Amino acid sequence: MAHPAVLSLNEAFPGKIGAPIEFRGETALAVDKTLLPALAAHLRGLGYRFLLDVSSLDHFGEEPRFEMVYEFYNLEANLHLRLKSRVSEDDLQVPTLTGLYRTADWHEREVYDMMGIVFTGHPDLRRILMWEGYPYFPLRKDFPLEGKTSDEGATAFSRPAPLEGGPFVTAPAVLSQEREPRARPPAL
Amino acid sequence: MPSSTVTFESPDALVRARQAVAADANADQIGEKLILNLGPSHPSTHGVLQIILELDGEIITKATPELGYLHRGDEKIAENMQYNQFIPYTDRLDYLAPLSNNVAYALAVEKLLGVKTTPRCEAIRLICCELARLSAHLLGMGVYAMDCGAITVFMYTFTERETIYNLIEALTGARFTTSYTRIGGVARDLPEGWISAARNFVEGFGSKIDEIDNLLTRNRIFIDRTKDIGVITKEDAYSFALTGPNLRGSGIDYDLRKREPYLGYEQYDFDIPLGTVGDCYDRYLVRLEELRQSRRILLQALERVPSGPISIPDGKNVLPPKATVLTKMEELIHQFMIVTEGIDAPVGEVYFAAENPKGALGFYIHSKGGGVPYRLKIRAPSFVNLAVLPKILPGHMMSDIVAVLGSLDFVMGECDR
Repeated sequence: MAHPAVLSLNEAFPGKIGAPIEFRGETALAVDKTLLPALAAHLRGLGYRFLLDVSSLDHFGEEPRFEMVYEFYNLEANLHLRLKSRVSEDDLQVPTLTGLYRTADWHEREVYDMMGIVFTGHPDLRRILMWEGYPYFPLRKDFPLEGKTSDEGATAFSRPAPLEGGPFVTAPAVLSQEREPRARPPAL
Repeated sequence: MPSSTVTFESPDALVRARQAVAADANADQIGEKLILNLGPSHPSTHGVLQIILELDGEIITKATPELGYLHRGDEKIAENMQYNQFIPYTDRLDYLAPLSNNVAYALAVEKLLGVKTTPRCEAIRLICCELARLSAHLLGMGVYAMDCGAITVFMYTFTERETIYNLIEALTGARFTTSYTRIGGVARDLPEGWISAARNFVEGFGSKIDEIDNLLTRNRIFIDRTKDIGVITKEDAYSFALTGPNLRGSGIDYDLRKREPYLGYEQYDFDIPLGTVGDCYDRYLVRLEELRQSRRILLQALERVPSGPISIPDGKNVLPPKATVLTKMEELIHQFMIVTEGIDAPVGEVYFAAENPKGALGFYIHSKGGGVPYRLKIRAPSFVNLAVLPKILPGHMMSDIVAVLGSLDFVMGECDR
């Protein structure tokens, strides 16, 4: 059964919506990032009044590298819809959804804090979990679990995690020796 | 030398102040407003939340929450370990209800794998979730009342929590950091006599709820401190995507146990309490009624725990029972493979949320195959619920902050992750 919101979006934005991705009963749509505010406004008009979650992905080594993920929910129809949008590393700008959903404010600040994606039009785009002046974006895949040193004086001092021989990191790989948990110090 | 006289204009403070106010009524040019830091270490912030307040006398004109004092990088850690290894970290999200975090995480990974656990395991998990809800609401209401000046309630609720913790200890071996679930099952079966002990507690708990009810619901001081304070309108509740008792206090009927039933919640008979105004008092009433409804669910669930295995008999993805690992070759190999290489998750992504005491705890898992999540985003209900503070605090008195914070019932361990 086709998702009613996908049909409606296809009518309103002909040719702009790709084929929906179905997995485990969930529907996701890959869309262009410039269309996000228009699509979100349309979805809100359809009754998708909850923006439950905003998250981001770093497909390190792929192009476009980053991806935004939005989880919308329609309370009356009890339906979920996920919008996904790729963001290139050369153009780390995504239009904000704060005008439509107030909850996007803190979610977008978190994405900026962790991945370094900038939201154009956001009223108060500051770091939220890390401290002001911290120089890295820690959820990027090229940021090691140990942490990185920074020597920016009192505002951003940090040292790698002081674990004896660790931390022991599990990595996805084909060969079992490469998958085992072991120390993987960053290539500095 | 000819003398000259210079006349200096007298600096009349009142005139200058009037000119400044006339120039821009909103700007605080004459320094009347006071910036005050509440927290990060303040008894009413229940952890390490800092709120930077701008006060005009005793009236709050602006509130800016500052988070991150408890940030541990849980999402980064999750990307670097196998699915089963992350379970102890979920204990430390909402550390007042670790059992329901364990269950929500296990269910999210099982959704990714496309498996459904056994009926006995589901019943045990459901009992765990509801016990965790009782414990979390008891703490939330106890400290809420204490912040508003009623210390006695805290003593009553903590006595009951002690019994719940004894039950949890008998079940999982730990009081706080339970780490009870495994992908596809639970760590150990119910100990002998546990169901009757739990039933004893739950049956006697009804009168304890009435005691709390009698102490607070018609308490003049408590009503004065909470009624019409911190009102969240329906529109705001939607826009800020609140969940849990904070959303239902505003009268929006959204409970995942009814809307998207998991663990067989659809087989149980219970009601969802809703508020009408959305003030601090409504949120208290919703939590109080949820205690009664959780007790109702527990009474039904404890009567019909089915027999059978406590985990899915799937050697490739679920840890086999310890007794068979020590006696059988195949189980030993399965255990070794799961511990060293992890489970074999398919490529794909899922979002799963469970109705936790604080709201909808969601896990967005993106898998590129193998035993490690590529990305695990935790949708923490406390993080989302706290975003409403800058909207509802302005206009209130300084002393109302403790009532608003208490009624929102958040945990910073989950908020900061």
